[in-house]
Amino acid sequence: MSTDTPIIETTALGRDFKVRDGVRRRTLTAVDDLDISVAAGEAVGYIGANGAGKSTTIKMLCGILVPTRGSVTTCGLRPVADRRELARQVGVVFGQRTQLWWDLPVRESFTILSAIHGLGAAEEAARTGELVERLELAEFLATPVRQLSLGQRMRAEVAAALLHSPRLVILDEPTIGLDVLSKQRLREFLVAERTTHGTTLLLTTHDMGDVERLCDRVLLVDRGRLVWDGTLAGLSRTVGAQRVLVVDLAESTPDLVDIASTQHLGSEGGGLRQRLAFDPDATTAAKVLAAVSERVEVLDLAVEEPDVEDVVRRVYAARR
Amino acid sequence: MPTSIQTTGRTYWRLLVAGFRRQSTYRLAALGGLIANTTFGLLKVAILFATVRAAGGDLNGYDIGTISAYIWISQGLLGSINLNGRSDIATRIKDGGIVVDFLRPLDVQAASVATEVGQSIFALIPRGLPTVSIGVLVVGMDVPSAASGYLLGAVSLLLGIVVSSTTVYLVAAAGFWLVETRGLQILYMVVSGFFAGLFVPIDLFPNALRIVAECTPFPSMLMYPVDVLSGRVAGLEALGLVGLQVLWLVLTALAGHLMTRAGRRKLEVQGG
Repeated sequence: MSTDTPIIETTALGRDFKVRDGVRRRTLTAVDDLDISVAAGEAVGYIGANGAGKSTTIKMLCGILVPTRGSVTTCGLRPVADRRELARQVGVVFGQRTQLWWDLPVRESFTILSAIHGLGAAEEAARTGELVERLELAEFLATPVRQLSLGQRMRAEVAAALLHSPRLVILDEPTIGLDVLSKQRLREFLVAERTTHGTTLLLTTHDMGDVERLCDRVLLVDRGRLVWDGTLAGLSRTVGAQRVLVVDLAESTPDLVDIASTQHLGSEGGGLRQRLAFDPDATTAAKVLAAVSERVEVLDLAVEEPDVEDVVRRVYAARR
Repeated sequence: MPTSIQTTGRTYWRLLVAGFRRQSTYRLAALGGLIANTTFGLLKVAILFATVRAAGGDLNGYDIGTISAYIWISQGLLGSINLNGRSDIATRIKDGGIVVDFLRPLDVQAASVATEVGQSIFALIPRGLPTVSIGVLVVGMDVPSAASGYLLGAVSLLLGIVVSSTTVYLVAAAGFWLVETRGLQILYMVVSGFFAGLFVPIDLFPNALRIVAECTPFPSMLMYPVDVLSGRVAGLEALGLVGLQVLWLVLTALAGHLMTRAGRRKLEVQGG
């Protein structure tokens, strides 16, 4: 397969569920009219609220769930018909489910999965070694899975999903429940994995830090439909999300309410630190800074990017 | 990447070993099982020995030696033959963990059966062998007279274990449609022990009931292995029982295969 064939392609993809509502049955459309094309090597964040249809889409991409409408190809294969062949090319991490052998030492899961994926002895040793080192698994390789902490288990889960060096890695809420340090480690690993092996990443998450640090493209889904396909910055602009300039001033200053094209958000320390929001399309951080500097000496500054969750909220609000 | 038969064999073998190791981590549970098996074995000795003696020493072909062998071998197999209808795969279908199984380049049914068989084989060590040994040493029982009897007995025992796994898999696979399979599992539990000959050998059943039992896979799990292992049935007749076990293995495996294929299209993963 040539590299310019999309690794994921869906056309008018849809899935309905029959749900029982008391005695009545009704049809719930979880995914509708979804057209996605992801090229090999991309890192895509698939975001949206709970129930927006993210997990349903992923399950259709992997061949676990049969689509009601439309078509889907993953790695050039038909997911449902070619499930086993596809499983050799895709690695999936479900943050809420385990694919490790609960009662056995972590190392055993890797041995079993190597057999399942038909890895040769040399290949198994090399790949396991690489993952153990990068994900820092060495200290608990001999520990039964049920005795691991959540952070340790998630690292082992990721290693298990990537053991067969899949071309496409799908992560469903990979950082759910992890502390800041564990999240950071996992993200660094995924970035490195992508750089070294050219792996394609698709991740669903509620953690916008994941999207900001890992993804160069965002798909936003709302009630089963795709509402944004592009960069995160582009998404922010569409809803007029603002950047914020935070300035530390040399002396107590009255609120800077009349700087052109800005909105004063608040002051701290008797006006020593002030926060000014501005629309990046209307002005620049440099212009705002210059305007502030004319009034008072600026000691330090920081620019805060738009909060992605806020952006998503705004997109949803605009569509209701 | 073409999968050679060798690679496939290695995969399911690894799963079987995983099941074996997994079971080996529950040693205290195994000890508990052994104590329960032995206690009920002694209880059955009291009841069935009295019955055989009351019948004048011969009860439909059973004497003290053969009834004792029946009791201790069947008690010993309890840890390895699934007569409760529960399985890990049933739980995974119910809670949606089954997605992990479908994300592997494996036959889901074969993988589940291999793991369960591995667990059953392990259980022979802390439960099967000690129970039978207690029977031999404390009470005394008949054993096969020829070496071929032991060999065929081992084959029959293994087939019994596999048939119990492929049959329990059917209960689990019903979950693709039912979601909640506890009712079915309880029905299995009530029926299986009885028809497998756990409480009374099926040769002691009234004729009509014996025929009903023989139309189910349950005697293949326990009764036939016990008959072959104890040497009560030998030669061609024993081969016939093993043949029946193979037949039930094929039937239950085929049914499971078809249910998995149909169920996969029906699957609505539970729990998001």
